[in-house]
Formats: sequence, structure tokens, C-alpha cells
Amino acid sequence: MNSTTVETNKMHTENGIFYPSNVMLDLKDLKKVYPTPKGDYVVLEDLNLQIMKEEFVTIIGHSGCGKTTMLSMIAGLNPISGGNIAVMGNPVKGPGPDRGVIFQSPSLMPWMSALENVLLGVNQVFPHATKAQRKDIAMYYLHKVGLDGSFNKKATELSQGMQQRVGIARAFAIKPKVLLLDEPFGMLDSLTRGELQDILIEIWNKEKITAVMITHDVDEAIFLADRVVMMTSGPKAKIGDVLNIDFERPRTRKSVLQHQDYYKYRKHLIDFLEH
Amino acid sequence: MEQEIILQKESDKLSFLKPIASFLKSKFEKAKVLKSLKKTGITLVSILLFLGLWHLGSKALYNKEAAYKIEKALNEQGQEAADAEKACIASGDSSCQPNTLPSPTQVWASFQSLIADHKLINAKKEAFATKMAATNAKLVAQGKDAIVYTGRASFVDTILTSIKTVFAGFLLALLIAVPIGIIIGLSPSLRSAFNWFIQIFKPVSPVVWYLLVFMIVKTLYIGASSDNAFVISFISVGLCAMWATLVNTAMGVSSVDKDYINVAKVLKLGTFQKVFKVILPSSLPLIFTGLRITLSVAWMVLIAIELLAQSPGLGLFVWEEFQNGANDSNSKIIVAMFVIGIIGFLLDRLMLMVQQMVSFNKNEGI
Ligand SMILES: Nc1ncnc2c1ncn2[C@@H]1O[C@H](COP(=O)(O)OP(=O)(O)OP(=O)(O)O)[C@@H](O)[C@H]1O
Ligand SMILES: [Mg+2]
Repeated sequence: MNSTTVETNKMHTENGIFYPSNVMLDLKDLKKVYPTPKGDYVVLEDLNLQIMKEEFVTIIGHSGCGKTTMLSMIAGLNPISGGNIAVMGNPVKGPGPDRGVIFQSPSLMPWMSALENVLLGVNQVFPHATKAQRKDIAMYYLHKVGLDGSFNKKATELSQGMQQRVGIARAFAIKPKVLLLDEPFGMLDSLTRGELQDILIEIWNKEKITAVMITHDVDEAIFLADRVVMMTSGPKAKIGDVLNIDFERPRTRKSVLQHQDYYKYRKHLIDFLEH
Repeated sequence: MEQEIILQKESDKLSFLKPIASFLKSKFEKAKVLKSLKKTGITLVSILLFLGLWHLGSKALYNKEAAYKIEKALNEQGQEAADAEKACIASGDSSCQPNTLPSPTQVWASFQSLIADHKLINAKKEAFATKMAATNAKLVAQGKDAIVYTGRASFVDTILTSIKTVFAGFLLALLIAVPIGIIIGLSPSLRSAFNWFIQIFKPVSPVVWYLLVFMIVKTLYIGASSDNAFVISFISVGLCAMWATLVNTAMGVSSVDKDYINVAKVLKLGTFQKVFKVILPSSLPLIFTGLRITLSVAWMVLIAIELLAQSPGLGLFVWEEFQNGANDSNSKIIVAMFVIGIIGFLLDRLMLMVQQMVSFNKNEGI
């Protein structure tokens, strides 16, 4: 795992409560109920999960078990029915730029250029920076995701993969503490998906932020994660199992595939999903 | 860099397809040219067919009317009168021509005479202006109003009046409907509060709007010397045509893609930013769809409203020609009909162009 594990015993106070300083996200007895015409539908119940600073966690689970529900609650876009979520000890009350989100569809504003899309967030988060500084930040991240020639292209002129690259740049450019990703590469072909995984992990390595990513792809889950979190099937889904991935970083796809533990991990996850 | 390499690979893989691709392309381009040729051909044929049918139809109507006239003369005044009538019709004398649907050639002749008339009136206007130049300069120097030409309006003048009125009405509709649409689109409670209002007033006919505006403007203009026909007609046109824009704007603003709203929420955009950077741009296509409908409705109701308001545009022209009943009145009405149709079509194309400019999905609309 990361170097942060070393600091485990340091404590800090926030809102009068003591927190181990390396817990970034704390989900406690989380519950979500959707009212439906046929009565309440309990999607999540008694869900407990702690995610450390600078950790990369991937989440897998059957379709419809409530992964998106959980992530959108962390993002503050979906109200909490019971229990609580804390970001560095502060309860989540609504959305905010400390939690960047990369949605499954790139959700770029189609009337803006790639640069303007990234700037939309940068302007909001760095209101005191000069215009040139903000533009530099946006261009830096667009460069990082490999979009050097496309700053001024309209979002509609970009391919799906390029749009999602802008989505990644936009999310990182606002310097969030936590990055939440909901199947961000689900709509891409496998070649593009691999490229974007590499880009994502490269920037993540550099920025050292916490990442929580939902995926349906077992290999993707292993390749990216420090821990893979498995959710039980709904209703009343909770955390079923957690698998530590002890590969060294930085990883290459080749080294991961050749690692002796790879198939063990893979079998573990597939067994869970097929139980 | 990485991307470039991959692109390179892709095109390498596909290189064997290149000759096929270029062959297909040339074939495709040929097919495109052929297709557009075919399209113009079909259009031309259909125009000729239309003119032919029109010609035959008007000829049949002409013959029927002529036969009736001769018959009538025979019954009322005897054989001699009938023969005289027949000779008169055959000679083409305008005093006894049957009055019915004019033929394409008659309409074309009327069109030319209307243009000639316009040139004549223009010449008169210019002559008047040069004659009065000195007098007017003196009047203006004395602080009085200059004397303006008050002769008959030419056909081209009526067209210009109509266009001016429709744009004034359109502008009014835009200025009322877009802001109100945005406001009620943003607030669900205002939307339900306004809904009955929109539902009730949307279907009201142009005649009734005219009467309503007339009641109000007439009172407001008491004592004013200027002519209020223009004001009444453009306000009526605007009020009558604004509903499509109002409804579309409200719909566009209230149905912004949830993803965009979520992005705005995550970034914690302020209300101003949210409205001007996210909500308005994303509803522009629908707003312009509404404006396009508004302009075409405005042009359609304009003719009726001008007629009622006695505003010297195409509507009044048509009505006066009908009342006039002169020999070439019918063909002038048909000329006006074509002009109305063509201008309506051009206005719609104009709006379509603007609409496509603002829409981010380039094949929307049409
Ligand atoms: N707004 C809502 N109202 C009612 N039920 C909902 C709502 N949103 C989601 N659900 C239900 O909650 C359950 C969990 O949905 P969620 O989208 O979180 O699943 P998921 O794990 O993300 O699935 P997938 O892998 O297919 O994306 C599903 O059964 C879904 O039908
Ligand atoms: Mg989901």
C-alpha cells in the first residue's frame, strides 16, 4: 500500500471528534431508502466502509445493487436516509468541489470547448488566481490527459474517449480531496479504456488524492486498486468482502498480468460475483 | 504522443482498404451529384406540372364564365347582344372579360405591371423630393415639419411595410416571451401558476388579439396625431405569435440534462453562473425552435391583422384588390399570394440558419 500507512497513529480533531488522520472517507451505518409506489425500497443498509487518504479503492458488485447510489451519496448529489458519511471528519451535507466526480457519460457542456469545460471548474475553485494562471492550470491537465492539440475543439467534435479525457482533466483540475468515478470507462472500447486507465493512474500517482471507482471490469478493478470492495446484491446491500491488492506501484499492465498473485485475486473476485 | 502512435497503428492496419475506400468515395461523390441533379430535375418537372394544371384549370373556369356571360346576354337581350358579347370577349377587350381565376400568364403580366407601377411611383417620389427640397429646408429651418410625399403606396412599399411589421412583432414577442419563459422555466411553482394563463391565451385567434390591442391602443392614442395602425398591427402580431417561444423557452430551461445540473452542483456554481453558463446555453436550441415557430406564425397572422388594422401592408393590398374588383385585381391577389409564400419561406430559412448556428448537435431541427 501507500506510504500513508506509516502515519496511521497520528490523530487530529475535527468538530470535536478524534479521527485517525489517514481516514479520508468514513461511511457509517449508511442506509438508503427509495420510496416507490409499491412501498419503500431499501437499497443500502448498515453499510460501513473506511477509505484512507491517497488510497485507490475500486467497487464491484452486481448491476442494480446500489453502487451508483452509494457513490452519489458520497458526492452529496443524493440525500442520505440513515447513518452518515464524513469526509475528513466533516459530515457530507451536499455536493462540493472537494469531491470531484467523473460520470459514466463524459457530461461535458457541448457548447463549450475542451478548455472552457475545464475552466468552468477551475474558475470556480480558484477565484483569486489570475486569468492566465487559471488557464495554465486547465491547459496543464489537458496536456496531462494527452489533449494538446484539442484545447479549442468543441466537446461535440471530440470522440467519446477524448471527451472522457476532458472529464478526467476537469475532475483533477479542481484539486479535489476525493475523486469519485462511476464506471468512467464503461462506454469505451478496450483499447481506449486501457489508455485512459494508464492516464488516470499516472495523474493519480502524481496528485496523491483518494479515488473511489465503480467498475464492472474485474481486471480493471485489480489493476487500479489498492483495495477492491465487493458489495452484496440488493436489496439491503452492504459491503460483502474486501480484497487487498498488494502489487507494487507504479504498476504496468504487463507486470500485473505476470504476477503470481494475479489469478488468485481474479478468482477471488469472480467467485464472489458468482457465489 | 501515445495517441499518435495508436492512430498510426490503426491506419496501418487499415491501409489495405485504401484503394477500396477511394473507389467508394469517387463513386459516392458521383452518386451525390446525380442525386442533386435528380432532385432539381424533379423540382423543375413538378413546377411545370403545377403551371400546366393551373393553366388548364383557369382556362376551363374562363370558358365556363364566358359561356355563362353569353348565355345571360342571350336570355336577357337577345341574339344580337349575345353575339356582341362573344365578339367582345374574343377581342380581349378588358371591359367584358370573364372575372375568374387568372391564368399564369395573366399573373405574370400583373407582376410586371406592379413593378412598373412601383418604378413610376418612385420616380414621382423623387421628383417630389427635388421639387420640395428648397421649401422643406426652409420649413425645417423654421422648426416646422417637412412636407412628405403622401401619394399611393406601391406594391414594393406594401411588402416593406409588412416585413417591417412582422419584424417589429417578432421582436416584441422575443422581448416578452424569452425572459418570461426563462423565469417560469426556472421555477416549478411559477410554472404551475402560469400554466392556466398560457393554456387559455395560446389558442386565441389573431382577430381577437387585434380587437383587444385595438381597444387599448385606441385609448392610449387619443389626441395623438400619428397613425396607430402600425403600432396596433405589430403588437397584435407579437402577442399572437409569442406563445410558441414562451412554451419552448420554459420547456428548454426546465428540462436541462440532469448530468449538466450535477456538474454544476459538484462545482458549486452560483445561481448566475448556473443560469448563464449551463442552463441558458443548453436551452438555446429549444428557444430558437420556439422563435422559428413564432416568426412563421407572425407572418401568417400578419396578413389578417393588417387587413383589420388598415395597415398599408400586403394584407390590406390583398383586401383592397378584392374590393376593387378591377380587371386585373384577381391576378394581383395571386401575385401577392406568391410573394407572401416566398417571403414566408425565406424567413423560415433564415431562422433555420440561425437555429443551426446555435444548436450544438448539428443535425437537429429542420
Ligand atoms: N431514484 C430512484 N428511485 C427509485 N429507485 C431507484 C432510484 N435510483 C436507483 N434506484 C434503484 O436502486 C437500485 C440501485 O441502483 P443503482 O443505480 O445504485 O445501482 P448500480 O449498482 O449502480 O447498478 P449498475 O451497476 O447497473 O449501474 C436499483 O434497483 C434501482 O432500480
Ligand atoms: Mg450504476
